[in-house]
Amino acid sequence: MDNKRKYVIPGDVITTGPFRPEQNVILEGEKIISTTIGISEIYEDTVRVITLTGKYIPKIDDLVIGKINSHTSLSWELDINSCYVGFLPAQDVFGRDFSAHADELATKLKTGDLVAARIANFDRTRDPLVTISDRDLGTIDSGDLVKISPSKVPRLIGKRGSMIQMIEMATNAAVTIGQNGWVVVSCETPEGLLKAKKAIEMVDQKAHVANLTDQIKEMLEIKDDET
Amino acid sequence: MGGRDAKMVLLDENGVRCDGRKIDETRRIMIKAGGLKNADGSAYIEFGDNKILVGVFGPRDVHPKHMSNTDTGILRVRYHMEPFSVDERKRPAPSRREIEISKVIKEALEPAVMLEKFPRTAVDVFIEVLQADGGTRCAALTAASVALADAGIPMRDMVAAVASGKVADTIILDVNNEEDQAGQADMPVGYMPSLEKITLLQLDGVLTPEEYEKCVQVGVDGCKQVYELQKKALKDKYFGNGGD
Repeated sequence: MDNKRKYVIPGDVITTGPFRPEQNVILEGEKIISTTIGISEIYEDTVRVITLTGKYIPKIDDLVIGKINSHTSLSWELDINSCYVGFLPAQDVFGRDFSAHADELATKLKTGDLVAARIANFDRTRDPLVTISDRDLGTIDSGDLVKISPSKVPRLIGKRGSMIQMIEMATNAAVTIGQNGWVVVSCETPEGLLKAKKAIEMVDQKAHVANLTDQIKEMLEIKDDET
Repeated sequence: MGGRDAKMVLLDENGVRCDGRKIDETRRIMIKAGGLKNADGSAYIEFGDNKILVGVFGPRDVHPKHMSNTDTGILRVRYHMEPFSVDERKRPAPSRREIEISKVIKEALEPAVMLEKFPRTAVDVFIEVLQADGGTRCAALTAASVALADAGIPMRDMVAAVASGKVADTIILDVNNEEDQAGQADMPVGYMPSLEKITLLQLDGVLTPEEYEKCVQVGVDGCKQVYELQKKALKDKYFGNGGD
């Protein structure tokens, strides 16, 4: 019975006994209590809750989509759909011989630009440090931005990427998912783009539905016949 | 507050109160989670004739910056009554009473909300009383707790609240406006049901130590009933009707 997934809200006792509390749970005496609305899971000796709501909290190594908010002479500030702003130092883009006198930051990234970035460092004391110097990272110059709830990102990716692969295959679109809930979709055909966007929005709205994969499949295939 | 209206019968010989309830019965309670698109979390509660809307924002940047705390997030609560929420128009500026209730609700929520996870941020709770009929602080606290959960703020437990009191020398549950005005005592109780801890306890009136004990117990039992409705409101929103 304990292995069963359960719907929980804050304060619900998930289980008692010698378990290790993981994400979104606290240990209160013997009881393991959920701290958020979500689905509880018990894996061997660990207990965790997959949350269904909430803002994005940066985690090291997360891929995020950010929007340039502003810059100083030494760094850019990124809106990463979180309660903290992303901090992108100029050295990351210009290299180690960056000089605040000689180099102008606005020549590389302008306010409003979208970037795919990785959280390089984050702790309680400072704003998250992001980097764009890696493969697949950097400015995004084409595609449409879709905003979904950050807590639904795992659902959009699916088990081992199954959901997103299905959407990409059916629509021929390229989808970049930021862990912060911002998704960039690009596609050569406008129909594919619309269809992919619709599928992503559907995942966002119906994330808790059990047979969502079938519904998405149905939606994509029905449209296939029409075109 | 020593029987002002001598004519009103607050409790008749059959144990029926002025609005037809039994002594341990709450008013009709309806809670709905969500509803406001632009807030991160929201809730609406009807507690008898009280109608209250709560919106939660955050965690988000703190403005003004000097209010932020590097160790933990901060909780800010604004309890506000609409000018049309009471019989005679209430002036919309925050009154002494509203400032006090904001503080009391904030302190009743703080033990539950795990703000230490979001240093340098603020969580803002906006409570708008659309219609008031006694016991708004309890109803507001109940709704605020649902709205915080809806916003996904990590919480150790929900906070449920209801007032107990004393009319006609009898301890009753859920004091309404008439009982508050003419009754002998009014005791709002806020309670975390899973952790079994009281987060809000106020008392207006005079009780003997025995009555006090009983009054707290009646309040806590009432909170457990309210908690079930909070649970239902959240489960309805997130898991549909199949959720359990």
